[in-house]
Amino acid sequence: MSKYMIIDGIRVEFDKEKNILELVRKAGIELPTFCYYSELSIYGACRMCMVEDMKGNIIASCSEPPRDKMEIRTNTAMLHHHRKMIIRLLLASHDRDCTVCEKSGKCKLQELALRFGLHEVDFPGGNTNNKIHEIDKSSRAVIRDPNKCVLCGDCVRMCSEVQNVGAIDFAHRGSKMIVSPAFGKNLGETNCVNCGQCAAVCPTGAITVRSDTKELWKAIYNPNKRVVAQIAPAVRVALGEEFGLEPGTDVIGKIVSVMRRLGFDEVFDTSMGADLTVMEESREFLQKLKKGDREYPLFTSCCPAWIRYCETKHPDLMKYVSSCKSPMSMFGSVIKKYYEENVDDEREIVSVAVMPCTAKKMEAARDEFNIDGIRDVDIVITTQELSRMIKEIGIRFDEVEAESSDMPFALFSGAGVIFGVTGGVTEAVMRRVYEDGSSKVLREIEYTGVRGMEGVKEFTIPYGDENLRIGVVSGLANAEKLIEKIKNKEERFDLVEVMACPGGCVSGAGQPETMFANKAKRASGLYRSDKVSQFKCSQENPVVTKLYSDLLKNREKELLHVHYHYNK
Amino acid sequence: MRINTFDELNVVRNEYKKALELQKKQILICAGTGCVAGGSLVIHDRIKEILESKNIKCDVVLQHESHDESVGLKKSGCHGFCEMGPLLRIEPMGWLYVKVKVEDCEEIVEKSIIGNDPVERLVYSEDGKLYFKQEDIPFYKKQTRVAFEHCGHINAESIEEYIAVGGYSATKKALFDMTSEDIIKEISEAGLRGRGGGGFPTGKKWQQVYIQQEEEKYIVCNGDEGDPGAFMDRSMMEGDPHRVLEGMIIAGKATNAHNGYIYVRAEYPLAVKRLSKAIDDAREKGLLGKNILNSGFDFDINISQGAGAFVCGEGSALTASIEGNRGMPRVKPPRTAEHGLFYKPTVLNNVETYGNVAPIIINGAKWYSEMGPENNSGTKAFALTGNVNHTGLIEVPMGTSLKEVIFDIGGGVKGGEFKAVQIGGPSGGCLCLDAGHLDMSLDFDTLKSAGAMIGSGGLVVMNDKTCMVEVARFFMNFTQNESCGKCVPCREGTKRVLELLNDIVEGRGTMEHLELIEELSDTIKNASLCGLGKTATLPVVSTMKYFRDEYIAHVVDKKCPAGQCKALLNYVIDPELCKGCSKCSRVCPAGAITGEIRKPFVIDTSKCIKCGACMDACNFDAVKRV
Repeated sequence: MSKYMIIDGIRVEFDKEKNILELVRKAGIELPTFCYYSELSIYGACRMCMVEDMKGNIIASCSEPPRDKMEIRTNTAMLHHHRKMIIRLLLASHDRDCTVCEKSGKCKLQELALRFGLHEVDFPGGNTNNKIHEIDKSSRAVIRDPNKCVLCGDCVRMCSEVQNVGAIDFAHRGSKMIVSPAFGKNLGETNCVNCGQCAAVCPTGAITVRSDTKELWKAIYNPNKRVVAQIAPAVRVALGEEFGLEPGTDVIGKIVSVMRRLGFDEVFDTSMGADLTVMEESREFLQKLKKGDREYPLFTSCCPAWIRYCETKHPDLMKYVSSCKSPMSMFGSVIKKYYEENVDDEREIVSVAVMPCTAKKMEAARDEFNIDGIRDVDIVITTQELSRMIKEIGIRFDEVEAESSDMPFALFSGAGVIFGVTGGVTEAVMRRVYEDGSSKVLREIEYTGVRGMEGVKEFTIPYGDENLRIGVVSGLANAEKLIEKIKNKEERFDLVEVMACPGGCVSGAGQPETMFANKAKRASGLYRSDKVSQFKCSQENPVVTKLYSDLLKNREKELLHVHYHYNK
Repeated sequence: MRINTFDELNVVRNEYKKALELQKKQILICAGTGCVAGGSLVIHDRIKEILESKNIKCDVVLQHESHDESVGLKKSGCHGFCEMGPLLRIEPMGWLYVKVKVEDCEEIVEKSIIGNDPVERLVYSEDGKLYFKQEDIPFYKKQTRVAFEHCGHINAESIEEYIAVGGYSATKKALFDMTSEDIIKEISEAGLRGRGGGGFPTGKKWQQVYIQQEEEKYIVCNGDEGDPGAFMDRSMMEGDPHRVLEGMIIAGKATNAHNGYIYVRAEYPLAVKRLSKAIDDAREKGLLGKNILNSGFDFDINISQGAGAFVCGEGSALTASIEGNRGMPRVKPPRTAEHGLFYKPTVLNNVETYGNVAPIIINGAKWYSEMGPENNSGTKAFALTGNVNHTGLIEVPMGTSLKEVIFDIGGGVKGGEFKAVQIGGPSGGCLCLDAGHLDMSLDFDTLKSAGAMIGSGGLVVMNDKTCMVEVARFFMNFTQNESCGKCVPCREGTKRVLELLNDIVEGRGTMEHLELIEELSDTIKNASLCGLGKTATLPVVSTMKYFRDEYIAHVVDKKCPAGQCKALLNYVIDPELCKGCSKCSRVCPAGAITGEIRKPFVIDTSKCIKCGACMDACNFDAVKRV
């Protein structure tokens, strides 16, 4: 007999559900919550998920494990009163600039106020939000406005539990409590890695992704500027969600087309940049193997949040991090060089990157990413920002016809596309290392254990006479665990791929906000696109071959590699 | 010197006892925080000086090598009668001197130490009657000291004296003669319930930890006494620290835990000092550490100092604070017994609870359970404060009536008639006369049924000049400041209730205010995460229940019946009584009083700042508060 609970008179069976809330949702009741995320620890602070047992006890369903034959109700006069009171209390001390709030329309508090039909704050003291907290704009990735915080702690737990960074925490007590970096510092002065996951889980506008569209519009409308864009792999499988398409639908063609209509002069695909990364990183990897230098692995370097994490927490490991620039920056410097040397145009080139990522904004602004003072990438916008630009202009995205990206960089391999999901870089590098693009070999690589949304994947693949130990992690707390094992000599790896966001770039903080299940669908979307790609391996991409014999000749180090000089 | 076996413990106990007996007289000066503030340490030093100058051999520390007769001079724990401090007790006569000053020392030594006579003028008197012996004083007469039996009777800083009076014999019994099950059974049968407020059966708690399979377990002592006006735990930690240690060692044995933490607020420096010394001494004697008395049982204790957040008295916030995290309660389950300190099974009891363990082990469950009503055994310590004649620390059997406590022990209400008593600190409720609460038995269950709680044992007596709305506002202000800020009902709700109460005492209240307070209180009570929030509105709810008229007077008539709420009262001059002397006008800082000499003066209420200076100045009682 399977175990069950009675929820509002309905029998709901349970098996692995950890708490009553999951079961209530299984029963088709959308109990509101602010502080519950299945990926994070149970916090139990918003008290919205209360249910009542048959003795009239009130229980927070998020923290209570289900018990067999237990009967609860989710809809009683008392519960309704308490829930409404909680929303009223939150509204009464919340910022009320809803119309101009970055989060307007996507704010959970706003949504719940609407759901509960609350149209006024009815305490005699009125709204007590006096905006005493300064808005923190010091970070390249996110903007922090404590005046809009409901103190659900999602960001705090995300930052410490999933990312092991702990850049923000609670400060002060009672109604004076705020979420803040230590000692009231600005976020920009902390060890924040700019992953933006805090903004991704924030239910209100208290932490939002910095928007750079204003600057971008200016460039687009400036006749003296030639605006050239690249689109990251993960963007194509997520943007559609903003326009009602199934998560994971590859809309790259539509994006290219719509971006041209927005006024971009050329639109390229970062997957092409990823192909360059594969070439460089594989070379570095093989050289390391050849040298027999195998005590420490080669760490991948595509993820700027990971780089920042490594710099701040494990500076001793920086020498094991690949010197390759990220696909975005590699492509950025190639684009700039290409126009400088091959295109006769008076206009200034503005290199734009559309990324699923907030840390890319920080990467683009880093000192190391320029060649003779010319920045690799000038402006980084996120998937969400692009969606807003499209909405701003009013183009009906669903009606847009797909187009292909611009020459001479229009070709890319499937290996480049899968960079957007955890394990993708590793798989792409393996395809290069094996130098055998047969479908048999590809399948063998696919089934090594490199795929899947798990946070930690460790596997061994044969290479020549030996076995290569590979580690693939996403989420910096997972990276930390692996690093600990490596440092304690419990494990040895040859290659370790690290992506800061759980699941890889598909889950980036610049992507449309969504639940974890959608992120897995995006990942499958990328693998589907890889399946239908003309070239499977980066080395097969003719553009890559051409670049190496031409523009990149003897300039790989200058254009495609970087030496970080982090200064605390 | 380490005591290696339990036989050795018996040997040294006899030595210490003999040494104590050689002290033909003992002077016990209260060195609790209250009396220290009153200058008791200066008195101690002065007496020492006098004794030395007179070549009287005096022992500040118990000498255990055989020596001649001497006078013991000791800093003892809190005697309890704080109102009358600094207190000084002369043994073996049992005389208690009250309100002792440095100037009295000479006479005390002369008469009572060299001679054999009491200093009559320092003896407590009530209604013209002198009470020479401490035990005869009405304040002490109705008390039963179990947890605090040593407080005030032995040197608080001496492990030797503690051993001499039987200390660590409970530890010995628990380690050698009892199994874990035996101890838990004894504590359960004694009916000991947590003295920190919740009243959870201690034996049951220990049992829950005992059955956990984890190897690592912890014994934690909650010494984060944060209620305004409460000082029971502090007194015990300062006055009889070894008692607490013993309770923890026995809890360790009962649950197979080998590490203990005492969480004590940093605002209790004396408690920290005495506990630290006690722990060091116990370690040195081998009563803490590896293989205690060769029993094979290891147990050690650390002190963790809290930074003064009230919420850290809550179990999970307390353990979080020890771990070095922000002191914030977490959701339960899992309970502290399963996942407590460092995620390990943890026994968490408060100081007074541990203080009751040793006597139960020695005297047995039956002896203990015979005190107090059913399911509420034993004694309870209270900090008696407020408008009561004898403030201080008391310990009474559970079930003692409120009347006995306030009138017999407390000597009645000071400055007016009895109005209410606030019990259990900021999360407790107010009890009153009309509802027959004075005859109520002080125990966990009775108080709970009356909408109050025993809490940790703060007992604030209020006279008829106390405004109950202001009382509620005061406590709400406290909880609002002390809320950790985690859950919405407590963080935002208490803020709103406070705002509404402020409105009421400042004359802006309406009947809707009262309704809204009730609505909010309901949500705060039911929806808050931890005990702090769940009980935060008890002072408001209970005063609204028992003193509703007073609230209505504030919001409808805009009057404060107790005459306390400044915004609701006006000062007027009764023209019949005013002689026109102009004194009031001269003292008025706001220039609000005018008039002609020998004619009645008038107060301009629009200028009046309600400071009351005119009222104090008037020789004819002509200024009235209305």
